[in-house]
Amino acid sequence: MPQTAQTIQTAAPGGDVILECQNLWKVFGPVPKGFAQQAGQQPRDETVQMLRDRQAMAAICDVSLDVRRGEILMIMGLSGSGKSTLLRCLSRLVDPSAGAVRFDGQDILTLGNRQLTELRRNSFGMVFQSFGLLSHLNARDNVAFPLRVQNVPRAQRQARAEELLQLVGLGDRMQNFPHELSGGQQQRVGIARSLISDPDLWFLDEPFSALDPLIRRQMQDEFLRLQQTLGKTIVFVTHDFLEAARLGDRIAIMRDGQLVQVGTPRDIILSPADAYVRDFVSDVPSSRILHVSDLMRDGAGPDGVPEVAASDPVERAIDLFLSGHDLLRVRDAHGQPVGQLHRDDLHVLTGQTPCGQAHHG
Amino acid sequence: MADPIRPTSRATTAWFLAALAISVLSLMLRELWPWLVTYPADWTLALSDLINLALAQVLALAAPVFRSLAHVLAWPMRAIQTTLVALPWTVLAAGFVALAWRAGGLKLALLCAVTCVYIQVAGYWVESLNSLTLVSVAFPLSVLAGLLIGIAMNKSRRMAAVLTPVLDFMQTAPAFAYLVPLIVLFGFGPVVGLIASAIYAIPPMARNTRLGLDLVPDDLHEVAAMTGCSPARRFWLVELPTALPQLLVGLNQTIMAVLSMVVFAAIIGGFEDIGWEVLRSMRRAELGDSLMAGLIITLIAILLDRITRGFALSARTHAGPQSSLLRFAVISLAVMALAWGLWRMGLPGAQLGATRISSDWLDQWVAQLSTAIGAQTDAVKTQAIYFFLLPVRIGLEQAISPYTWGFAFTPLLQALYGLGVCAVAAAGAWRWGLGAGAGLALAGLALFTGTTGLPWPAMIATATAIGFWAGGPRVAALWAIALGLILVSGLWGPAMFSIYICLSAILFCLVAGGALGVLAAQSDRMSAMMRPVLDLLQTIPPFVLLIPVVMFFQVGDFSAFLAIISYAIAPMIRYTERGLRDVPQTTLEAGRCAGCTPMQLLFLVQIPAAQRQIALGVNQSIMYGLAMLAVAALVGSRGLGQEVYVALGKADAGLGILAGSAIAAIAICVDRTFVSALDRGRRSATSV
Repeated sequence: MPQTAQTIQTAAPGGDVILECQNLWKVFGPVPKGFAQQAGQQPRDETVQMLRDRQAMAAICDVSLDVRRGEILMIMGLSGSGKSTLLRCLSRLVDPSAGAVRFDGQDILTLGNRQLTELRRNSFGMVFQSFGLLSHLNARDNVAFPLRVQNVPRAQRQARAEELLQLVGLGDRMQNFPHELSGGQQQRVGIARSLISDPDLWFLDEPFSALDPLIRRQMQDEFLRLQQTLGKTIVFVTHDFLEAARLGDRIAIMRDGQLVQVGTPRDIILSPADAYVRDFVSDVPSSRILHVSDLMRDGAGPDGVPEVAASDPVERAIDLFLSGHDLLRVRDAHGQPVGQLHRDDLHVLTGQTPCGQAHHG
Repeated sequence: MADPIRPTSRATTAWFLAALAISVLSLMLRELWPWLVTYPADWTLALSDLINLALAQVLALAAPVFRSLAHVLAWPMRAIQTTLVALPWTVLAAGFVALAWRAGGLKLALLCAVTCVYIQVAGYWVESLNSLTLVSVAFPLSVLAGLLIGIAMNKSRRMAAVLTPVLDFMQTAPAFAYLVPLIVLFGFGPVVGLIASAIYAIPPMARNTRLGLDLVPDDLHEVAAMTGCSPARRFWLVELPTALPQLLVGLNQTIMAVLSMVVFAAIIGGFEDIGWEVLRSMRRAELGDSLMAGLIITLIAILLDRITRGFALSARTHAGPQSSLLRFAVISLAVMALAWGLWRMGLPGAQLGATRISSDWLDQWVAQLSTAIGAQTDAVKTQAIYFFLLPVRIGLEQAISPYTWGFAFTPLLQALYGLGVCAVAAAGAWRWGLGAGAGLALAGLALFTGTTGLPWPAMIATATAIGFWAGGPRVAALWAIALGLILVSGLWGPAMFSIYICLSAILFCLVAGGALGVLAAQSDRMSAMMRPVLDLLQTIPPFVLLIPVVMFFQVGDFSAFLAIISYAIAPMIRYTERGLRDVPQTTLEAGRCAGCTPMQLLFLVQIPAAQRQIALGVNQSIMYGLAMLAVAALVGSRGLGQEVYVALGKADAGLGILAGSAIAAIAICVDRTFVSALDRGRRSATSV
């Protein structure tokens, strides 16, 4: 088996880090005394075993992870893998048992109540799986709630809430109470509420999991559209690999509270760290998720061959290959040639390596 | 999960066998040692005297405090009373109707108007207002106390652990029981009724508050944290509004509890309220008057229930016209002013009810009716007593006589009965194990001697064995302690009498209520027909239920039996119907596909699937029955209820507390037994 997350490089060069956690542990049940100090001293597996012997359960085991400014980081795993707990540790809704969480270089685990409250009011926004709407408030007042807590005058906060409801496409449902809205509409309200104080860091905890597949797809598209205009830093929890691959800049895969692999969707699809990850990967149509740019090689192709855009899904290239072409020219958004794609380059998708590319599992 | 408390089946068997041995032994020795059946008076501890002594000490110190508290409470009571009575009845009625309109629309407003006119015409307007005064002072007090207790229980696990048994006790101890110490502390007068009502109504408010707050989803706590709410903010902006619908359910239950206790507390007298009218007329056997007054209580109860429930419902659905509160106030004030103006001008309504209409015709009608059907009611009564109540009370041994059953229970027949019990027990032992066989034999023994004739060691041993089977040593110990205390305090006789009357009523409720519940679950029309009756039975103060019972069956065991049934049967029907209707459609379809006949479907699929709900219904019925016990004492049942009543008459606080606690202790034991038996069932079901 490949070595697990201890050796995984999470911090890639470039992009400044807005939030990072180091050697994070969260233990449920009786936490041994002095655990925060001892956690790093013995190998992880031994610590986990020691906890289990004492009837305690490690929900997060020694996780280190960065979130870079402006990226969408997906935390992915099956239920019970600790992904939601990790998210709650990062926002300090749950206090970690050991380790450090730094936001803009400041350790948020040492913050007092008042400072933490300030941080949450100004810098964090969160969307919940089951929406978390207040049933006694209508859509507009739900969105305005964070400002209500901050004593913003009524007229001002309502105007801002209306603005955000317009943004999420609910301009005509402002007076409706949560139970009068569909699931998708309720989550739009949740999203609008989480954005009202213009957070630097946007946490989304399985926001679309409670929705129908069709609505989910629609909400994902809308989420991407929103993100294009907002450019937030996002930590997004999901159990759906397809969703992670569609939306994420990077994906962190968790299992049993441990980080198994962190990387771009391309890295993970093309070189899954172990059988667990490969299982997820095999479930998704990679040709629809990967882009031409993920597979192309350098050097402009010859004239006279068909052209594809670097941002096209690989699927489109496959169509062209199937109609008899062997080589495609790749151009960027401005129409400039940036590379070429050969029919053989697709073999990475199926695991065959005719060109001698190393790909083992 | 390993549970150290959970008894093994072998230990249970041992308990039952031991109980059987003790029972048989004490039965055989009872001729030799009569103290086995009647616990000798010399052996009792003077617990009630001890309590009186302690209370006297407390009183010596705290009497001024309590008395001044009584004055403080009497002030708003008198003020409200004076104001209400001073207002012309048309004005008040207009206000009530407006309120009913807002809560429940036109229909409720009409009902309210009719009620007001009826009360005025019947000549009970002032008495009704007096009752309403007590309600309106006691209600805010219990709501406030209940809210605080509920919040404390939600915030602190330790508080919850301490307060839960206190609330249990308050709900099961008959309200009668703490009337006595309250009288001792506060002196006679309406304030005692006020305080007793306020105390009595705290538990539903506390429970609903806690439930509502406990049910606030975790998500919302996280929302509060993420939006940066302070704890106070979180409570006022998130938790309280989210829990509001549940709180309003609590308000509804609380006001009903206050009303029923206010009516009941009339027994202390001194405030001329409507409950007093019922009691007075019942004592003078003026059944016409008591019917008229009882109807008023019923109508007031229905109105209070529908109005508060209407508000609760509109809060739940956010359907209420929240923004027009001001407009509502203005309009209703205008209507009331109009009514005032009309009244001043001497227009309609002023003379209405100036003379109380005579209830003589009603008296005569009642008298005629009871003579007309007297033969039938007597026959029913005799049959029920001979073939059901007497065997439960004094056992087949004494109940069977030429006078009652038409033949004597000869030694030969007794031997045959013994053989029959042995055969059934043996069959049970072979089919379900030794413990079950012993249980069946114990049941046979109990039927032979009756509840009151059962030697006390047999009773205690059986109860602890059942407790052990249901919940292990803890519940067994609870039974042993409760029954032991009852024994040494000299209340064994009355307690067994109470158990007898409750047991027979519950058995009846079980069979009849279960059957009605099954019917209601099968047919929507049945269900729709029964619903208003059940609503009524659960809405009106239990006190009023006594009137028709006394009308037809006079006083005595049978009347107490009927009174308890009329109060305790509703939950049994409700839970049975609910349980059967909640059986998932797929389960039913699976049963049908397996080729069940409708009867098989009912007995093999639906009832087993609904058994938890049904058992909850049984539990509720027992609780209701025990609560009714003290009320039933008014129609001449003996037992613990009677003891409380006697204590009230003599202002003997010690006896009152003791007898009341005995009822509460039995109720709590029964409840714990049921709850842990249900838990056991669930645990073994999940572990399979």
